[in-house]
Amino acid sequence: MEQNKINLTIDNIPVSVEKGTTILDAAKACGIEIPTLCHLNLKGTCVNNRPASCRMCVVEVAGRRNLAPACATTVMEGMEVRTSSMRVINARKTILELILSNHPHDCLTCGKSGNCELQDLARKLNVKEVPYDGGEVSCYAVDKTVSIVRDMNKCILCRRCETMCNEYQSVGAIGSMNRGFDTTVAPAFGKNLADTDCTYCGQCVAVCPVGALTEVDNTSRLLKDLADPEKIVVVQTAPAVRAALGEEFGYPAGTSVTGKMVAALRQLGFKYVFDTDFAADLTIMEEGSELLGRLGAYLEGDKSVKLPILTSCCPAWVNFFEHQFPDMLNYPSTARSPQQMFGSIAKTYWAEKIGAPREKIVVVSIMPCLAKKFECERDEFKTNGNPDVDYSLSTRELASLIKEANIDFKALQDADFDAPLGESTGAAVIFGATGGVMEAALRTAYELYTGKTLAKVDFTAVRGFEGVREASVNLNGTTVKVAVAYGLANARRLMEDIKAGRSEYHAIEVMACPGGCIGGGGQPLHHGDFDIVKARSKALYGEDAAKPVRKSHENPYIQKLYEEYLGKPLSEKAHALLHTHYFAK
Amino acid sequence: MKVQSIEDLKKIKEESASSLKLREEGFQVSGEETCGLEKGTEHIQVLTCGGTGCKASESAAIAGNMIACLKEFGVVDKVDVITTGCFGFCEKGPIVKILPDNTFYTKVKPEDAAEIIKEHVIGGRRVERLLYVDPETNASVSDSKHMNFYRKQVRIALRNCGLIDPENIREYIARDGYSALADCLLGKTPAEVIDIVKRSGLRGRGGAGFPTGNKWEFASKSVSDIKYVVCNADEGDPGAFMDRSIMEGDPNSILEAMAICGYAIGAKYGLIYVRAEYPLAIHRLQTALTQARELGLLGDNILGTGFSFDITIRYGAGAFVCGEETALIHSMEGKRGEPTLKPPFPAVEGYRKYPTNVNNVETWANIPVIFQKGPEWFASIGTEKSKGTKVFALAGKINNVGLIEVPMGTTLREVIYEIGGGIKDGKQFKAVQTGGPSGGCLTEKHLDIPIDYESLTAAGSMMGSGGMIVMDEDNCMVQVARFYLGFIVEESCGKCSPCRIGNKRMLEILDRIVAGKGTVEDLDTLENLAKVIKDTALCGLGQTSPNPVLSTLANFRDEYMEHVVEKKCRAKQCTSMLDYVIDPDKCIGCHLCAKNCPVGAITGELKGKHVIDPAKCIKCGTCMGNCRLKAITLK
Amino acid sequence: MENNKISCEALAKVKAICSAHNNDAGELINILHETQNTLGYLPHEVQSLVAECLGVPATRVNGVVSFYAFFTEKPKGKHPISVCLGTACYVRGSEKVLDEVKKVLGIEVGETTPDGRFSLDCLRCVGACGLAPVMTIDGKVYGNVDPKNVKKILESDEYKD
Repeated sequence: MEQNKINLTIDNIPVSVEKGTTILDAAKACGIEIPTLCHLNLKGTCVNNRPASCRMCVVEVAGRRNLAPACATTVMEGMEVRTSSMRVINARKTILELILSNHPHDCLTCGKSGNCELQDLARKLNVKEVPYDGGEVSCYAVDKTVSIVRDMNKCILCRRCETMCNEYQSVGAIGSMNRGFDTTVAPAFGKNLADTDCTYCGQCVAVCPVGALTEVDNTSRLLKDLADPEKIVVVQTAPAVRAALGEEFGYPAGTSVTGKMVAALRQLGFKYVFDTDFAADLTIMEEGSELLGRLGAYLEGDKSVKLPILTSCCPAWVNFFEHQFPDMLNYPSTARSPQQMFGSIAKTYWAEKIGAPREKIVVVSIMPCLAKKFECERDEFKTNGNPDVDYSLSTRELASLIKEANIDFKALQDADFDAPLGESTGAAVIFGATGGVMEAALRTAYELYTGKTLAKVDFTAVRGFEGVREASVNLNGTTVKVAVAYGLANARRLMEDIKAGRSEYHAIEVMACPGGCIGGGGQPLHHGDFDIVKARSKALYGEDAAKPVRKSHENPYIQKLYEEYLGKPLSEKAHALLHTHYFAK
Repeated sequence: MKVQSIEDLKKIKEESASSLKLREEGFQVSGEETCGLEKGTEHIQVLTCGGTGCKASESAAIAGNMIACLKEFGVVDKVDVITTGCFGFCEKGPIVKILPDNTFYTKVKPEDAAEIIKEHVIGGRRVERLLYVDPETNASVSDSKHMNFYRKQVRIALRNCGLIDPENIREYIARDGYSALADCLLGKTPAEVIDIVKRSGLRGRGGAGFPTGNKWEFASKSVSDIKYVVCNADEGDPGAFMDRSIMEGDPNSILEAMAICGYAIGAKYGLIYVRAEYPLAIHRLQTALTQARELGLLGDNILGTGFSFDITIRYGAGAFVCGEETALIHSMEGKRGEPTLKPPFPAVEGYRKYPTNVNNVETWANIPVIFQKGPEWFASIGTEKSKGTKVFALAGKINNVGLIEVPMGTTLREVIYEIGGGIKDGKQFKAVQTGGPSGGCLTEKHLDIPIDYESLTAAGSMMGSGGMIVMDEDNCMVQVARFYLGFIVEESCGKCSPCRIGNKRMLEILDRIVAGKGTVEDLDTLENLAKVIKDTALCGLGQTSPNPVLSTLANFRDEYMEHVVEKKCRAKQCTSMLDYVIDPDKCIGCHLCAKNCPVGAITGELKGKHVIDPAKCIKCGTCMGNCRLKAITLK
Repeated sequence: MENNKISCEALAKVKAICSAHNNDAGELINILHETQNTLGYLPHEVQSLVAECLGVPATRVNGVVSFYAFFTEKPKGKHPISVCLGTACYVRGSEKVLDEVKKVLGIEVGETTPDGRFSLDCLRCVGACGLAPVMTIDGKVYGNVDPKNVKKILESDEYKD
């Protein structure tokens, strides 16, 4: 072990690190934070954006002619590194001034203010004025979709978004265009993002260090609706939100703030605070039944059955396969996502229960996701033009709304969701982490198929952060093989295997974002620290373990819903309200 | 026919030797003697330059007219008209050379062809009016050996340019072509081959001067079944045409050298990355490739040794940055030509992630000779650290524009005043720029430094790929810096922030200075930006991009100061600082200037004296163009 | 320009070029060269088709096309003009030649005259530095160009139609 250690000094501090460590990480190990901007290494995933192009992290290395980028230079034995010599400080500041000279100075009203890596750097490096007055600045039209806003005037060309869109998601909706000062990251042919294959996964937004990529802000719209006495405004919250919202209020990552979140929502003025988790349990009933149906038919020799069945909860994934695999639309489950199942049930079953017309009900969702905003707008989820879910806010938007409403989040008393659409099981809450949907489905499918009770509900093989994981389950002697993937590039590989007839799986769960919804495009920004995302998963599995009921089919309110309204899973009514169809795009 | 042994190669050499004999030194008629069919000369060869420059001046028509004329006189079988690569003396092109008396005709026009054939080739009388006239002695010089332009040159990389028909591989073989490859394959281990290149002291001619043998060694040590040999022919330096001339004049030397390298490092595939803007070079390379494959000198099992090597051509698409090797590799992979950080070096991870050795055209052209004449011979030429010769494209305000090759260690003064024949129109020398957009401007005081990698770098410029531009008193050095920076801003890939934004800001400052709006503080800002960009840019292009500004700031600070303090441009190039003035002694009052002035800045009665109001004048120069009496000047 | 519908025949040619290169994305630049040689320019529709054939996002193709100066998304004029702005030509006054061409034709660099006759570009060194300043029309090199003669050259019969 010792021979793999490299000894060097950084600012005269002796350090000993593993061979292959970058100067940046070696400095971190001895407490020196070298500023970075383009660098993004989501350790534990395949994401490692190291173009070494912003040059903010340059350091002086004794004996070297020019300065070295700390993010991409590996340590060498006996290296003497200076991170704060006059030469380094001047270079760093000059480069920052240059970047600022082509960046709008509208920080006060920028959506990223207070959460902007460039703003932080300007403060850290003590930049007090920007020279180069009157120089040319980039000039691009702002491009707005229903989910994402692109303002390339603010772009500093770190190209993190490009890495996420191309390498991590294999979508390529945006890429580098032009050359030199005119370089920009954009869709092809000057198109708007809405006219591309964009899945609205929001990972570009999640990694953008500045305000070039942000979400569409629905907070004002919500405040207006809440103030309208004619409207019954209800809210549903996705499982991953409770695991991350606390970070915005100073809680350490991985703190579950479910009770405070509910209290805050109530204080904001929602008449009913419900839980998407309820709909997640419903999803398992429908999707699980669909899986068992297809599997049964397949085992009986029906070769027309499409296997593996693919989950359909993730709206970015749905957008992805509609664009990229238009000839394989009969593989995914037809089950709507929990968000949409919730909306559909809220505006029918529940609306009838409270005796209100659907037009009076405003269903708002709080999501860790930006693609959910797009999903709300899909025509197939509207009745006479009235959407099942009116609109969606991200975790970040909720946090800013709570702050705007003067709510002292930390001081709130925990509160409970309202019944009936607020009741859920442990199986539902793990939907927010990669592998969670599969685990929840296996818990239910196993018991429904075998008629036996699971001795142990944890399917740990599908948990974790490997990009693709697989597991086998024995269902009465039949081995069911399942796979779990996050990241659409991983999903693409699995799809191509299916297409080529190489796939051995019966069911595959796909989530677009790193680590699943907990790493979603609408979550509090992790600023490149993937440990934050991992900690969120612990919060969800912790909630699951603490729940009295941990299998979706045992949710009493779900059982009641079927008894009172839907009949049984996959019934005609269930089909009409809880299933959908896909479009080749 | 396939060349299967060294004997086969020798046979081709012997077959072609007679044709080449006339062109070799020892066989030429010396002194005042001329040859001519009527004088009894049995065989005459006429060489016409087929380089891009001479072709632009219709050299193809010259050759065509000559052949027609020879047919007319029925002497086609006694006279060969051969199109060669560039002779180098572009200033005097198109060039026609008559052998065996080695008469060098300059500035030949298609209509001169018949006269040359009738008078000289047949009659044995030189066409005096087409001979080169020595500007110092005013005497005609017929033999290029006696011209100052050629006297100090040593042609190694250009050894075959202007001598052989580049579209005939047999002429290349007659000049010992492919003997080095045969020698390596049949008699040397790869390690021995690398050792010879190392001992020769050859350094990369693309600009940075990395020792070629070491580069090969790195690539040879990378373990991989697939490796690549790449020829960097993306000559992007504006105003440089060394590599193109070699490809046009001696393409086989590149192919042979790449095959030798393939053998040395264990690569089976070669790629030539050439600018799409070089159609003639591409054509000649393709012809050479076809011929080499036909002879089995490329392809499977070369010379029966079991070694296989073949080369394909990749086209650049107009991006200067692709001369940087990582950018070049990305471009060959069908991507944007953006450089990436080294390490990993291409020798470890290059084209399609396989170990790749990249050398520039001129470097390749030196390789076969090193094996023919030995590494010691090569190392005996040049200076202690810079061995061999360097090719330069000599251009600008100089009498003898052209392509030259001089031993390392030759001084700039020798190049400019002896080979180059001094400054055009008797003007005053001001600066010489080497290294293109990555280099710097050197002055009078640098003229005696020897040309080698270290000396030029120490002086604030660099060797670069070989552009050498001479400037005179009429060139404003701020404008020169602005020109290069403009080029860099246009060609920056845009990846790293110092190069993308920093160079843009520097250009804006220079724009301001030449517009008469600069300040002394601007000079400090320029200097700081230049230093930071040099220190922090990602690739070689970015790191050297401030050199033109830094070197002009260092060497011509007084000129910058004049611009920002006195708002004066001594070269009178910055028009915004000048006033258009009508000389009252010359003005006849034709009123033409006033009539054409777009802003009505000129007043004066018909037949009376006219005056320009400097407050109204927008300095468009229309008046100057319209004045038939040249009464309007810039002051 | 996007209104110019590309003929089916042209699209078939593009497909053939791609398949001749095994639809290999690594050959993208060679494919674009051949396509531009065939069609004269690289309209968006064609770039999309190339992307489809190679199985890469259109951003990849458009990113490459917009990076390299040699590729053009607009059709060139009937007689493309290039003024050399290489250093050798620059120090011998090619900027003035360029200004004169712009003035005579009334177009900027990268533009085409309204009648489609001329398009104007710059290039860096044609290699005829002995003839500096140099410009080319239809590939024909004009050496030692005096700005005063530009008009005459452009009005010569060769470029009448």
